[in-house]
Amino acid sequence: MSAESDIAIDVRGLTKSFGAKKVVDNFTLQVARGHIQGFLGPNGSGKTTTIRMLCGLLTPDSGEGECLGFDIRRQQEEIKRYVGYMTQGFSLYRDLTIRENLEFVARVYGLEAPENAAQGALERLGLVARADQLAGELSGGWKQRLALGACILPGPSLLLLDEPTAGVDPKARRDFWDEIHHLATQGLTVLVSTHYMDEAERCHRIAYIANGRLLASGTIPEIIAGANLSTWVVTGEGLDRLSSELKRQPGVDMVARFGSALHVGGRDEAAMERVADRYSAEGLHHWRRDEPSLEDVFIDLMTRAGADP
Amino acid sequence: MSTQEDPRSVVPRPARRGPLAQSWQRVVAMFVKEFIQLRRDRPTFAMIVGIPLIQLMLFGYAINTDPKHLPTAVLTGDDSPIARALIGALRATDYFNIKYVARGEADADKLILSNKVQFVIQIPPDFSRQLVRGEKPGLLLIADATDPTATSGAVAAALGTANQALDRELTGPLASLAQNAPPYEIRVHRRYNPAGETRRNIVPGLIGTILTMTMLMYTAMSVTREIERGTMEALLAMPILPVEIMLGKIAPYVVVGAVQMATILIVASLLFQVPVVGSLFTLTVLTLLFIVANLSVGYTFSTVAVNQLQAMQMTFFFFLPSMLLSGFLFPFHGMPMWAQYTGEALPLTHYLRIVRSVMLKGSNFDDLAVDAGALAAFTLVAMSVAVMRFRQTLD
Repeated sequence: MSAESDIAIDVRGLTKSFGAKKVVDNFTLQVARGHIQGFLGPNGSGKTTTIRMLCGLLTPDSGEGECLGFDIRRQQEEIKRYVGYMTQGFSLYRDLTIRENLEFVARVYGLEAPENAAQGALERLGLVARADQLAGELSGGWKQRLALGACILPGPSLLLLDEPTAGVDPKARRDFWDEIHHLATQGLTVLVSTHYMDEAERCHRIAYIANGRLLASGTIPEIIAGANLSTWVVTGEGLDRLSSELKRQPGVDMVARFGSALHVGGRDEAAMERVADRYSAEGLHHWRRDEPSLEDVFIDLMTRAGADP
Repeated sequence: MSTQEDPRSVVPRPARRGPLAQSWQRVVAMFVKEFIQLRRDRPTFAMIVGIPLIQLMLFGYAINTDPKHLPTAVLTGDDSPIARALIGALRATDYFNIKYVARGEADADKLILSNKVQFVIQIPPDFSRQLVRGEKPGLLLIADATDPTATSGAVAAALGTANQALDRELTGPLASLAQNAPPYEIRVHRRYNPAGETRRNIVPGLIGTILTMTMLMYTAMSVTREIERGTMEALLAMPILPVEIMLGKIAPYVVVGAVQMATILIVASLLFQVPVVGSLFTLTVLTLLFIVANLSVGYTFSTVAVNQLQAMQMTFFFFLPSMLLSGFLFPFHGMPMWAQYTGEALPLTHYLRIVRSVMLKGSNFDDLAVDAGALAAFTLVAMSVAVMRFRQTLD
């Protein structure tokens, strides 16, 4: 196989506007085959639009790229055959049973034995007992399970999952991610958008997008290192008052509450050190230098994106 | 690339059918899905048979250009058995509901002017005496002719039946009078519908009207429904072509249309005694063509409309001229030319010619080739527009 076939997604400079609003702006990304690519960013940052461009549902205004080696502008029909796309909302037929939905998908993808394929999927998903229940009557977790099962049924090479775990309980989310990893070990490439940090940490690589622009991309250590953030963890009394006070301090770029502690960070290490020393000296709170977490970095990215749209 | 069947396939990829078989299977997928959804939508399912039945009853009985039991007054100066027999015979036609006995001509005029009656039967004082003498007396039937279609049937019936009524009285010494031709003899000859029954014209027309309405409604919402329920996005991300979606969505309703057609035909023959003179096979084939034409129009609306309400409005926008300009409500050749040209562009116009000709005259395929061709052309145009209009992306 050639080197480029090890790249599942390769897009350059994707741009898409709706009216006057630039929803995705010069988006470039490469995803290696078999990788789980996390896709993060605040609501309305352009994640869904990007995913739709990748699977041929939207045509980019400019930019180019390939999915699984197929041109995203000209070979949408081929892309559809090899890509499983799980939409943000539940988009299977609520008035069809689970089995009927799976059989429908199997037929649309031209499988040789749709009934058998559906039965196999039911067994894999552990949905045999509920096979004849209407899809619309399922709980959120089961709906998501069914949607993923329908995506995988035709044996795709690339999965595009748009916030698949929104509104799903922690246990179901955990099972879902175990399944994603299992699929990736078989060589399936997965691009998944999410708001959850624990999910982001289970991705091989992460892309962070805000206001349609890619702000950070890479492995978690790369992104943390790239943010160049010096952080302190502050504990003690009256953290809320301290928080609003710190936000006004020069050198402080990020202040965020994590449980009973305050995470304070800045990109200018010297300036941040001076702030930490001064407040430590007051003795009201306990200041401890710590490595920045992924969430610290994202909060910083989001704050910056918000200030500079 | 040489050993593996498909280098892109890394996860176990189920075996596929050949390209043509795949396309067929995608149409089947849509068909099965639509059929299940239809079956599960109980109110709609009930209306498949309910709508044609209710409409047929309503229109079959309500639209009647040959009304009976019309309010009538009698003004008679003759109380002879002959005069009473005449009135009795008129009553027996069912056209005349004798509600008043007028006390004089002024009273009779007033009854007509105030719309209390549509007819006055006036028998002169010496009617029977003149009749016996062979002087051919005049029986005056005064009709309110402001609605000529509503009264013409009654007038014709009155003339015919009054003659017979007299025949029965004119026996014994008066038998010679019965030999004479009545002075007001009018012969009416109506081909294909000798009794002048309106239902023979209306009921076949109703088949077309009802099918237009139901078929349009079924498909007019099929695409907008997918959009509004959020299932369109997933469907578009699957490898299915617009023409496959269309055929799969139309097919179940061809079956529904056939059921409706059978329902209407059975009721038409049982309840309204409208026969099928021509071939049932010809009628079925051409009706199925008409059903597909309407389903295509509805589906086209569905690809143009943004939501279900819009689709519904378009349906009615199409339905109304179909009712008015197709020859269903008004005689086609009695309409102005612009209306006739518009009517020629409507499938119902051609279908009405087909259904009336087959059912009443026994016409065959050859006789109806032009109208059948028009329906086929209409279907092709509608389907092409639908496939072109279908948005394959969310742009």
